[in-house]
Amino acid sequence: MAKKILFEHIDKPGIRHLEAYRQHGGYKAVEKALQAMSPAEVVSEVITSGLRGRGGAGFQTGTKWNFLAKPEGVPRYLVCNADESEPGTFKDRYLMEKIPHMLIEGMIVSSFALGVNTAYIYIRGEYFYLYNIMEEAIAEAYKAGWLGQNICNSGYNLELHMHIGAGAYICGEETALLESLEGKRGNPRIKPPFPAVAGLYGCPTVVNNVETIAAVPYIVNFGGEHYASIGIGKSTGTKLISASGHIKKPGVYEIELGLPVEEFIYSDEYCGGIRNDNELKAVVAGGSSVPILPKDLILKTADGHPRLMSYESMADGGFTTGTMLGSGGFIVMDHTTSIVTNLHTFARFYHHESCGQCSPCREGTGWMEKILHKILDGHGTLSDIDLLWDIQAGIEGKTICALGDAAAWPVASAIRHFRAEFESYIKDPAASRTFSHYDEKYKVHNVDAQS
Amino acid sequence: MPEITIDGKKIEFAQGMTILEAARSVGGDLVPPTMCYYSKLKDTGGYCRTCIVKVESESVKNPRALPKPVASCRTLAQDGMVVKNQTSPEIQEARAGIVEFLLINHPLDCPVCDQAGECSLQDLGYEHGKMNTRYEFERREFPQKDIGDKIKLHMNRCILCYRCVKTADQITDGRVHGVCSRGDVAEISTYIEKAIDNDFSGNIIDVCPVGALTDRTFRFKSRVWFTKPVDAHRNCDKCCGKVRLWYKGEEILRVTARKDMYGEVEEWICNECRFEKKRTTDWQIEGPSQIDRHSVISANHYRTPAMKKDLSNMILNSGIDASVSSADLTDKA
Repeated sequence: MAKKILFEHIDKPGIRHLEAYRQHGGYKAVEKALQAMSPAEVVSEVITSGLRGRGGAGFQTGTKWNFLAKPEGVPRYLVCNADESEPGTFKDRYLMEKIPHMLIEGMIVSSFALGVNTAYIYIRGEYFYLYNIMEEAIAEAYKAGWLGQNICNSGYNLELHMHIGAGAYICGEETALLESLEGKRGNPRIKPPFPAVAGLYGCPTVVNNVETIAAVPYIVNFGGEHYASIGIGKSTGTKLISASGHIKKPGVYEIELGLPVEEFIYSDEYCGGIRNDNELKAVVAGGSSVPILPKDLILKTADGHPRLMSYESMADGGFTTGTMLGSGGFIVMDHTTSIVTNLHTFARFYHHESCGQCSPCREGTGWMEKILHKILDGHGTLSDIDLLWDIQAGIEGKTICALGDAAAWPVASAIRHFRAEFESYIKDPAASRTFSHYDEKYKVHNVDAQS
Repeated sequence: MPEITIDGKKIEFAQGMTILEAARSVGGDLVPPTMCYYSKLKDTGGYCRTCIVKVESESVKNPRALPKPVASCRTLAQDGMVVKNQTSPEIQEARAGIVEFLLINHPLDCPVCDQAGECSLQDLGYEHGKMNTRYEFERREFPQKDIGDKIKLHMNRCILCYRCVKTADQITDGRVHGVCSRGDVAEISTYIEKAIDNDFSGNIIDVCPVGALTDRTFRFKSRVWFTKPVDAHRNCDKCCGKVRLWYKGEEILRVTARKDMYGEVEEWICNECRFEKKRTTDWQIEGPSQIDRHSVISANHYRTPAMKKDLSNMILNSGIDASVSSADLTDKA
């Protein structure tokens, strides 16, 4: 069995409540940190651990904490990003539903490390039932003295608030999240200044993903060096992977970073192979916005090494032959899947979720969806593929936030690796809609044509 | 003084200036075009992305190139920064792409648009756009909304620059309009069709770079290039009273604030000056406005000092009767 950190006690009866959580070693990290450690020591443990942001970008959490400006007389804030809205990602939901106190414990320890006295958990609107679970857990923690004034007689105070969003994908972008939390329209801010300098209410703020914060108690309990020994290279620790799509056992899995992708897909411990023993066609490895990779490239890197579930190995080859680990939304597609239809679904999503603030994303996402719709309707032309390519290139890197990139990458990668499928769809739409698309030729990825 | 290099030209700037401000301090072709930035308002810019430039070296301390183009209106200039605008084919291409994005849902109803002739989007399209459109779908349409008897909102033309929202926030007492909805159906709107009515609301007409907000008292009266601008002032207790009158013959068709070479108003004016004072006797006339950017207006009707010389040369050299007085040339509009 692989190392479990977040999921070690997840199936214990009653773990959702404080009593059972405490029985299984819960809130030990709070006691240890508040009574025996200084905030700087906690930060240095997190730096040593090499913990990286689990929300998608994979930025070093310790470095992010170190960036936090600490002007005198200005409050600082910690905001937990529980607006998990990346299609294909559902790990935070599982964590909060099953073991909400782990997040609260992480919030207390992280807030202590950052010198924060007011912290927020921003949860997405669709997770209203989790909001109730979290509120209940927070009430328990307040009652038991883990939150509020003078926690563990250490003199440290922390108020923890839940805030529920209204169901916009863009509010998962950290600055849009802060705007939304302030009660404004959820538009991403123009950076700089970064939240570490001017975040919530203009004060220095750290925004971290649920999974990142939930990993902090373990680091405090067992030390940063121990955490760093788990995983591979700079990808330390474990990661929750939300596996979905055409696999035998979809679900949330905790893996040690560095696990080979092939093992993850085919071993019985994880996904258990492709449904009906079909042929694997493609994988979107880190949530809908990361580039899609065909079978040969997801199992092996371009230079023939086995691809691993780690930040570095996933990114091997850049976007030409690689992808990103992202938020760990692992969407597997078998040979019956149409990449064109799939891409249309993604494009429709980004069109719907663009905030409309900057022009390339506002206009481009809708345009791409319309073209893909036209292709699906059987009215596409071959020049539409080049037009799609031009549009995504016009969006990528030219927008305020990463939503533009997120909308552009799936289109770029689908055309890069599956151009032949687009062509066959355009040439014979009727056959493409009924026939399973898997073909040997897709194994030969079309790199040179579009890089 | 710190120094920034834009398109190979070294420019000295004061700490705290953006790349765009540094470029504008010298002017000329190296100034990136803007659609949403407005120097007279705070916190504008960053939305339209037309002013993007390539940063080849961030600063003396940190001479790395930035991986993505940056919005020059929102990026602070730094000592030793090297920026490429006109000289970067990549940026020209990207800008053409952005113009294309701005135009795909624009109705292109310039023949009946009151803004035509002084529209930033027309200029942008002319200078940086592509020859033809690749967009083949129906253009986005919004239901018409009534926002009062003085200002006409034509949402189909809007490019969501947020200038009118910032104006209402910063110039007027209370903002009743804003951006509703999301993505490509986001629209400027008042909540439940309320009229935008306060002493300075008319300024949102002046800041609008396109024909989305136009003056109802001027609607369909004339093409702007058939009117002639005259600077005038009056004693107004609400505003500075310095305006530009747009004449057609003897009649004042509209009153606007005075604008600088980038089409930005110099001083805000009140609604009384803008909508109600439309007789010459209301005003103290200062003289014809100097307009260089929208030359279509000045070339046809005005003789700026330089033109006056050209014209007299032309008249003298062509042997035409030189008795035509300068007054005849100026006043025949």
